[in-house]
Amino acid sequence: MAGPLLAVEGVTLQYRIKGTRTDQLVTATYRVSFSVLQSERFVILGPSGCGKSTLLKAVGGYINPVEGRILLNGEKIDAPGPDRIFVFQEFDQLLPWKTVQENIVFALTASRKLAGREAAERAMHFIRKVNLVEFAGSYPHTLSGGMKQRVAIARALAMEPRILLMDEPFAALDALTRGKMQEELLRLWEEAKFTVLFVTHSIPEAIRVGSRILLLSPHPGQVRAEINSRGAIEERIQEMLFEHA
Amino acid sequence: MPDRPEIFNSIAPALDVVEQPLSAWEKLSGNAAVRKSLLLVVLALIWEAYARWLGNPLLFPTFSATLAALFSSIASGEIPRAAGFTIKLLLKGYAAGLLLAGLFTAFATATRIGADLLETLTSMFNPLPSIALLPLALLWFGLGDGSVIFVLIHAVLWAVALNAYAGCRAVSPTLRMVGQNYGLSKAGYIARILIPGAFPSILTGLKVGWAFAWRTLIAAELVFGVSSGSGGLGWYIFERKNQLLIPDVFAGLLTVILFGLFVENLIFKTIENRTVRRWGMQT
Repeated sequence: MAGPLLAVEGVTLQYRIKGTRTDQLVTATYRVSFSVLQSERFVILGPSGCGKSTLLKAVGGYINPVEGRILLNGEKIDAPGPDRIFVFQEFDQLLPWKTVQENIVFALTASRKLAGREAAERAMHFIRKVNLVEFAGSYPHTLSGGMKQRVAIARALAMEPRILLMDEPFAALDALTRGKMQEELLRLWEEAKFTVLFVTHSIPEAIRVGSRILLLSPHPGQVRAEINSRGAIEERIQEMLFEHA
Repeated sequence: MPDRPEIFNSIAPALDVVEQPLSAWEKLSGNAAVRKSLLLVVLALIWEAYARWLGNPLLFPTFSATLAALFSSIASGEIPRAAGFTIKLLLKGYAAGLLLAGLFTAFATATRIGADLLETLTSMFNPLPSIALLPLALLWFGLGDGSVIFVLIHAVLWAVALNAYAGCRAVSPTLRMVGQNYGLSKAGYIARILIPGAFPSILTGLKVGWAFAWRTLIAAELVFGVSSGSGGLGWYIFERKNQLLIPDVFAGLLTVILFGLFVENLIFKTIENRTVRRWGMQT
């Protein structure tokens, strides 16, 4: 395939926060560039306040850059769409009024990808992949946090997006569950080799999940380094992230 | 300090220790319906005893006399006819109120000026008891269904619109982003995310609006009941009091209570159990 799947070129992002007296304009990232290749597990790593989540939202199409551009397969991203599916950190990303299976069917029908029996079958297929068959008819509020995130991942994978966008999906889980979920994500990746853009502030998670890691510096986020996740890199990352701290 | 010895157990599957059937008494006393029914029986007995001791059926008829009056009025078709008239009027007013509340909510969620308008109007009109508008309504719409429906709309509209609007605002931004992510259109987002997401609040609004409407309607009928040849429950109560048929008055009041209980505990409870409770969205 010619060229990268996702190209982020000199992207500066700003957002407004409502202050008590005046609105403030915050620069989240400053001239960030990187590219993601097909089937890469690309991790954006940085301390809180480095604009990594904002960057992911821009790739999702929720925020437009004030400078630079974001290209998916050479086409400019300017709105959210089902070719880039988000997995959020929040557990309430599942529709509470729909069962596990209905949640996935909803995704498929809302995006007009599939309908009727085909959608139900595809949903069951991916529920099986994340080992939740017994819970296909359960409502989200009866599931544990880890199970909810597995449903969200199954829903995202069922959409077969060009790129999966994961915004600290395991940050709200306990350490044991988080470890299991990371393993499961890698297992799913071995099967399907999807492309994923993964945001985290945890260095061990970045090393475990990612094949390539982008290090952002804080306030505003700028690219400090882009490295391959191979060998003993934890200390080098520590040094680069906290050199000014 | 020496090391303390470590302990290792092999875990045997725990059989029949954990679950134990409740005794019959525990089952009965744990059931709220049983406890409340018992309470009702006790209250009825106190009523009966006090009325017998008082011995003045004109002021306070016995429970048995009230029941007898209720059954004879039901058998003669008077109470069913009055109740039917009341319910029909209620449904008209309730439906009109809901329709307007829907429009207000849509306007308020879509635009900022709509939100301002709804908040201002609600804070103005919510403290105003609907029945206070009845004299004005009679002047504007005359002695007919129109004025009662006007008052009912006022009773329903603000409670429902305010709750629905608050519910829509409380739908989480994550869900909104999920909706956009899967490419939902504006209408699709409203129908498939916003309304179900706001449903717990909408249901609260429906319940409050219903309670307001029911009380308002009975009061309005007490003030003026006869229109187009028949009267509702409020008029039935008023008329029987004029004829000094006090057991019938009590029977009318009992009907008002029973119908109120029926709607709140059966209709709304069922909706609640099938939706917000099942979804774990109860507020």
